[in-house]
Amino acid sequence: MTQIHTSPHTPFSNSVSRMMTLVILTLIPAMLAYIWFFGWGILINSLICIVTAYLTEAWMLRLRKRPLWPFLSDGSALITALLIAFALPPIIAWWIPALATAFAIIIAKHLYGGLGYNPFNPAMVGYAMLLIVFPKQMTAWIPAATENGFTLNFVENLHYNLFAELPADKTYDMITQATPLDMLDIQVALGKTVAEVEAGFIQFSPYFGDGWDWISLMFLFGGLILIYKRVITWHIPVAMLTSIAVLSGLAWIINADANPDPLFHLLGGASMIGAFYIATDPVTASTTPLGRLIYGAGIGIITYIIRAWGGYPDGVAFGVLIMNMAVPTIDYYTQPRVFGQGGAND
Amino acid sequence: MRKLWSFRGGLKLDGHKQLSMQQPITAADIPEYLVIPLQQHIGEAAYPIVDVGDRVLTGQIIAQAEGYVSAPVHASGSGEVVAIEDRPIAHPSGMHGMCIVIKTDGKDEWITLTPHAEDYRQLDPSALRNLIRDAGIVGLGGAGFPTYIKLNPGTKKHIDTLILNGVECEPYITCDAMLMQESARQIIDGLMIMRHALQARQCVIAIEDNKPDAIQAMHSALTSQESTFIEVVTIPTRYPAGSEKQLIKTVTGVEIPSNRLPLQHGIVCQNVGTAVAVGQAILEGKPLVSRIVTVTGHALHAPRNYHARIGTPMIDLLQQAGLNEHKLARLVMGGPMMGFEIPEHTSPVLKTTNCLLAVTQDDVGQSSAMPCIRCGECTRVCPAGLLPQQLYWHARAKDFDMTQKYNLFDCIECGCCTYVCPSHIPLVQYYRFAKTEIWAQERDRKKSDHARERHEFHQYRLERKKQEDEERRRKKKELLKNAQQKSDKQDAIAAALARVEAKKAQQKQEAGE
Repeated sequence: MTQIHTSPHTPFSNSVSRMMTLVILTLIPAMLAYIWFFGWGILINSLICIVTAYLTEAWMLRLRKRPLWPFLSDGSALITALLIAFALPPIIAWWIPALATAFAIIIAKHLYGGLGYNPFNPAMVGYAMLLIVFPKQMTAWIPAATENGFTLNFVENLHYNLFAELPADKTYDMITQATPLDMLDIQVALGKTVAEVEAGFIQFSPYFGDGWDWISLMFLFGGLILIYKRVITWHIPVAMLTSIAVLSGLAWIINADANPDPLFHLLGGASMIGAFYIATDPVTASTTPLGRLIYGAGIGIITYIIRAWGGYPDGVAFGVLIMNMAVPTIDYYTQPRVFGQGGAND
Repeated sequence: MRKLWSFRGGLKLDGHKQLSMQQPITAADIPEYLVIPLQQHIGEAAYPIVDVGDRVLTGQIIAQAEGYVSAPVHASGSGEVVAIEDRPIAHPSGMHGMCIVIKTDGKDEWITLTPHAEDYRQLDPSALRNLIRDAGIVGLGGAGFPTYIKLNPGTKKHIDTLILNGVECEPYITCDAMLMQESARQIIDGLMIMRHALQARQCVIAIEDNKPDAIQAMHSALTSQESTFIEVVTIPTRYPAGSEKQLIKTVTGVEIPSNRLPLQHGIVCQNVGTAVAVGQAILEGKPLVSRIVTVTGHALHAPRNYHARIGTPMIDLLQQAGLNEHKLARLVMGGPMMGFEIPEHTSPVLKTTNCLLAVTQDDVGQSSAMPCIRCGECTRVCPAGLLPQQLYWHARAKDFDMTQKYNLFDCIECGCCTYVCPSHIPLVQYYRFAKTEIWAQERDRKKSDHARERHEFHQYRLERKKQEDEERRRKKKELLKNAQQKSDKQDAIAAALARVEAKKAQQKQEAGE
């Protein structure tokens, strides 16, 4: 063997698959909470997304003549699949998650050059496509089990997702409803105060009285583990959540009748999964410490603007995609100070 | 207690230091052949002054320094010069180099030494520097820059702090730690001489806190008078704390600007091994013919530090340390972070060989590189404050202008970025490639500039000649024309005169008739 090995001559201290595995493992608490509160739909969607992700990933790798094993085992396709599954309502026709995942892997990932080269977060591209193309299906969530006492069982849920048929005693309108963020948006627009909406609809219960808050808390828990394990840094989540809290806090202080309190924004919608699992996607995020603060804050601001004034109940996906575009510029202008250049003692 | 500063980035690494610290420093056997390269330092290679067939004594100069940045080379054993030829040597790019080969006679017969034990304080600093230069001493920490140059404060500069570097932040390497434990007094003797040469106000001996025995030894070797201006400073263990500019920052808080030398800020760093060599050169008159080499790694039965002669084939040391050939995956000179692989195990020990690391397959990662996922871990650990991932991007695209915009030349090649990279990209390798390419381009540009200048001058000369010729022709023509016009006028005048004459003659004739 004539090839000379280069330094460092040490075991690897880290790997892409280790990072991705940790991301996936820390999603498990949130996944369990999801199943607990919303039934088996998330699991069915996850399976559909994962199968689609691996099939399309393998197909793309073959088309692009890349080695299959290193890329299929890196775990990145699995994360894309899971994030899409988390974003979708539990009861939904099977081909919608499949379409979103295929779109994410083929268009958003591989057409841009595959792992490491995609400027946009693939899962959010897939999800944003659904938001635009299938707005009705995207808002039809089922209530949490704590709210009216039932969810579909596994077979019923699977049956609906595959064949769009519900059990005889249940109708689509009976089991679906808007998300809290969505409902609040609609009702406040109709002239009700926040307090009236919260008192009048079953989506709303005291904090940690229903599923949404607990799931958000699980994302927070998993995210803190990722920071502790140095898979992600604190900058993006802190900046994003802080900007959401500050903006919603200001609006709440100014007019509490039209604006829910900051905790509602932090625990509602995709704030937590967005801050810890979506915005922190290394490939599409800023890489400098200051840049990450700007990037995270930007996502938080756009998210709040869309929630408060936009046409969509939530804005995390669009916040991430818009800030993805700004990353090269942010990185260029936020380079850290180089040792020996413009130091404090100069 | 001295206030310490910190530098950004860096890594906590497993030291693996105990592996080679179980045994005292052992004198290595005299090898049958000593292979002594002419280039063991930064600068010009030395020029051989012995011939094949000459008998040489230990300590005899066999190659002279060439130019200012250079160092002489001495015979590290007595015997006969049997060859002066190209041999495989330790070099990052696996090059061969000119070597003087001595067949040793086993007698180790020394030249007569001239010590300056008592009178070195009376010597002029420049005389001291000359002695150090003649002893062939270069930085033994690994870079191999001629020591006497770093002991020259120049005409204007006052040296405030002389830092003795006993940090040894690379894993596995223990030669400096063992030297401090066993020869603390010699280190301080050498330090005193260097202090005299530099006329430094204060000295700091910096040691990482993972070497309590060395710290203890250095403390107890200091006399109470010496400890008024020499301070042993314990610094936190964090790679690359021993890198010159990072160490200066840690100890003094001064951040040496990227294009300047510590000397220009009144600070000089020297390695503890270099101090011992300087002490021996002055106090005993001994030139640099040997050094302490850490021979370690999991492919050895008995890792330890050897006192080895410069020119000893590496394989000899490995075998003395109980090499298990089957387990050896690669031989590395230097530490695991910055060292480079030595494909030819017969390559000789150099003045800069601080460590031989016998790496097994289990010690190194195996998988191939994945694409960069822009995780930014490299940025977090970079002690130079660079964006390694952007540098990689541009180096890979051969966009060398952009690599320089991202401060490529501030990279100290410490390897932290490569160590943490989850995609296992050999980042430092890309930076070395980019640096080499830029240097090559600069050389080419200089060459082509030179050629262009010559060409332009040639063109200019041709042009000038042409113009001169034309000018000359023009003048000649004018001259000719003038001459012509002149003669035309004269002709006209002559004709007129002739006509007048003729008329007169006619009138005369008419009047006469």
